[in-house]
Amino acid sequence: MTALSSRHIISMDDLSADDITLILDTAESFAEVNERRIKKLPTLRGRTVINLFLEPSTRTRTSFEIAAKRLSADAINMTGSASATVKGESLRDTAATLSAMACDLIVVRHSYAGAPHVLTECMDAHVVNGGDGMHQHPTQALLDLFTMRRRASRLEGLTVGIVGDIAHSRVAGSLVPALLTVGATPVIIAPPTLLPARPDVLGAEVSTSLDEALPALDVAYMLRIQMERAEGMPFPSLREYARFYGMNEARLAAAKPDMFVMHPGPMNRGVEVSSGVADSPRTVVLDQVNAGVAVRMAVMYLLLGGEGGGAAA
Amino acid sequence: MALLLKGGRIVDPAVGLDRVADMIVRDGRVVEIGEDLSIPKGVTIECAEKVVVPGLVDVHVHLREPGREYAETIASGTRAAAHGGFTAVCAMPNTTPVCDTGSKVRFVIERAEETGVVRVHPLGALTKGSAGEALAEIGDMVVEGAVAFTDDGHGVTDAGMMRRVMDYARAFDAVVASHCEDASLAGRGVVNEGVVSTRLGLPGQPAAAEEVQVARDLRLAELTGCRLHLQHLSTAGSLELVRAAKERGVPVTCEVTPHHLFLDEDAIGPSYDTDLKMNPPLRTAADRQALVAAVLEGTVDCIASDHAPHGPHEKALEFELAPFGTTGLETALSLVVTHLVHPGELDWADLVRLMATGPRAVFGLPEVRLEAGAVADITVIDPEARVEVTKEWFVSSSANSAFLGGTLLGKATDVLVGGRFALRNGKVVD
Repeated sequence: MTALSSRHIISMDDLSADDITLILDTAESFAEVNERRIKKLPTLRGRTVINLFLEPSTRTRTSFEIAAKRLSADAINMTGSASATVKGESLRDTAATLSAMACDLIVVRHSYAGAPHVLTECMDAHVVNGGDGMHQHPTQALLDLFTMRRRASRLEGLTVGIVGDIAHSRVAGSLVPALLTVGATPVIIAPPTLLPARPDVLGAEVSTSLDEALPALDVAYMLRIQMERAEGMPFPSLREYARFYGMNEARLAAAKPDMFVMHPGPMNRGVEVSSGVADSPRTVVLDQVNAGVAVRMAVMYLLLGGEGGGAAA
Repeated sequence: MALLLKGGRIVDPAVGLDRVADMIVRDGRVVEIGEDLSIPKGVTIECAEKVVVPGLVDVHVHLREPGREYAETIASGTRAAAHGGFTAVCAMPNTTPVCDTGSKVRFVIERAEETGVVRVHPLGALTKGSAGEALAEIGDMVVEGAVAFTDDGHGVTDAGMMRRVMDYARAFDAVVASHCEDASLAGRGVVNEGVVSTRLGLPGQPAAAEEVQVARDLRLAELTGCRLHLQHLSTAGSLELVRAAKERGVPVTCEVTPHHLFLDEDAIGPSYDTDLKMNPPLRTAADRQALVAAVLEGTVDCIASDHAPHGPHEKALEFELAPFGTTGLETALSLVVTHLVHPGELDWADLVRLMATGPRAVFGLPEVRLEAGAVADITVIDPEARVEVTKEWFVSSSANSAFLGGTLLGKATDVLVGGRFALRNGKVVD
C-alpha cells in the first residue's frame, strides 16, 4: 500500500489500520531525515501549504510549519480567531479565497467542531484537521501512536489509560478511535464531570479511579487540564485533581515497571504530572514533540503524493 | 362570489362529518354541504380523491418581521403558510424588537392585514424584551389582539418570575406558552447530550434541561391556576410529565413539531449539517418514538412547526455558531400525511384534531366547523400528490429545512381563508 484511502484527514474515522501503518512507516523514514545535519528534502518543492490557525496555538502550528518546510513546500501561516470570522468574513469565504490562490494543502485549527469539513466543501485543496473544537486532532493521535510504537515496539494489545478532561478533549477524541483501529485498548479515566455524555459509544473502557485502573496500564496518557472555564471548574481544586488524577512518583512506582507517561503538552506541572514525573525517563513528552514533525511530514507527503521523496522513496 | 367544492371527502370530527360530498361557499361562509349540489355561477373546485378539512392552523411560527426581513416577512411567511395548507398562523414575539407591548402587537396585525394572505395571530412576550426580569404589558397586548404569551427562544430562568407572570396572566384569562429550557443545564449545548454530542465533539443539552422546566411550569400552573401551553416538547420524559399532569386535571396543553416526530439525533453526521440544528435539539430514537406514541394516544394537543427561517449566510456558519431552527410551514402537513396518515397510524379526523381543531383550542381561536354558516377557512388536501423537497420548492424566503432532499406524499392544493383563495391548484394567490 502506497497511498492513503482518503484525500483529507479530518478525523481518525477517515483512516484504516493500513492507512495508519503507512503513515507511521513513512514517518519513520522522515524521522531519520530529521536526525541529519541537513534536514531538508526537495519532495514538495513548488507546493503550497497554508496553516490556517483560527485558535491560538504555537506548538502545533510550528510543528506543521517545520514539517512543510523540511519537504520544501511553501508554507504560509494565517492566524486569527474563529470568533472574528463571525463578524467579518465567514469561514466559507476565507476558504474560497484561499482556494482561489491555488493552495495545495491546508491545515486548519479552529475552535469549533466540524470546521475542517466546511473547508472540504469549498476548497479543492487537501484538508488536514489541526484540531477542531472538542472533536478531533488526528495528527496528534498519529504522533502519539508513532511514539508508542517506538517505545513499546508494538501497538496491538497495549492498554492505554487516557486520564483527565475527556469531555472537552479533541486529543482524546482522536486517540480513542486510533487506538481501537490498531488493536490497542483505551481506558478513559476521569471524574464524571469530565467524561462525555456517552463514553460507551467511543468504545473505550471507562473508570473514575486512576488508582484502580493503573495496574493494567502500559501507557498513562495525561490530558491537559484547562485552568479557566466559563461554566465553572468541574472539580473542586487543582490540588484535589492532582491527588486523584495526577501522575506522581508514588503512582509511577505502583504501575507496571515499563509503563510510560505521555502528555500532549503543554504540561501543567504539579497538576496532571508532578515535576519529578515530568523529568523522568519514563515520560516521553519530548519524543512526542519530535515525532510530531516526522508524522506531519508523512501526512503531507502522502496526501500530496510527493515524488522523488528522498528518504521516503 | 360563490364556490363549489365538488366531490371531496369532507372531514370534520367536530361535527361528526366524514363523507364524500359537495360544499358551497358564498360570501366567505359555508352555505351548504350535501350531495349533487350545484351553483348557477361561480367557481367549481374539483375535489374528487381529495380531502376537505377545516383550515389548518400552525400555532408556532417565526415570521421574523420586524427586524430580520431578509429571512422572512409577514408577506412571505403567510405565503409559505398558504403553500403548506394553513389558513392561520400564530406569530412568535421574538422579533427585533421583541413584541412586548400593545402597539407592537397592533403592528403585526396591521401588517398582516396589509400584506398577508392567511390569518396571523400574534403572541406577545411574557416579560419585557423577553429578558425574564419584568412583566410585559400583558393586559395591553390582550386588548390589542395577542392570543397568548411566551418568551419563546429560551426559558424563563427565574421560577419566581414565571410564577408572577402566570398569576398576572390569569387576570386576563391569558394562556402562558412556555419554551422549557433550563439555561444552567442546557449551557452552550447545540445538540442533544448523548451519542451525537460525544461522537461529534459538540456541546450537548441533556433531556433534563427541558424536563425540569416542564415539571416546574406544571407545578406553577397548579399553583396559579393559569392555563399553560408547553411548546415544542421533545423528550419522552416531558410527555410523561404532561400525561400525569393532565390526569390530575392541570390546565395544560402541549405541542410537538414534525422534526421531533420524524427525525432524531442520528441524522446529524460528520457533515455537521446546520439545517439539523434546532432548539430543542433532535433527540434520541426512543424520544422520537415516545413523541409519536403521545400523538397517537392523544396526549399531544397539536402539531406545530416551529417554523424558524434563517438566511443562508447565517446557516452557512460552523455548527456551534449557526442559529437554531428549521423551516416547517411548507413541510408539516406533507410530513404528517406521509409518515402517519398513509401508514394508517392516524386517520384524517385525527389529523384535523391535531392540525386544525386542536391548535385553535390551545389559544382559544375562533372555531371553524364545516357546517352551514361557518367561516370558510378550508384546506383541500391531495393525499397522493408528491412533494420533492428542494430549495426551489419553498415559497418562504428561507430554505433552511431539515427535510431538504426528501420526497413526501400528500400536500395542500387549495386553501380558502374567509372564502378567498390563498392557495389555488398548489399556487399561492396574492
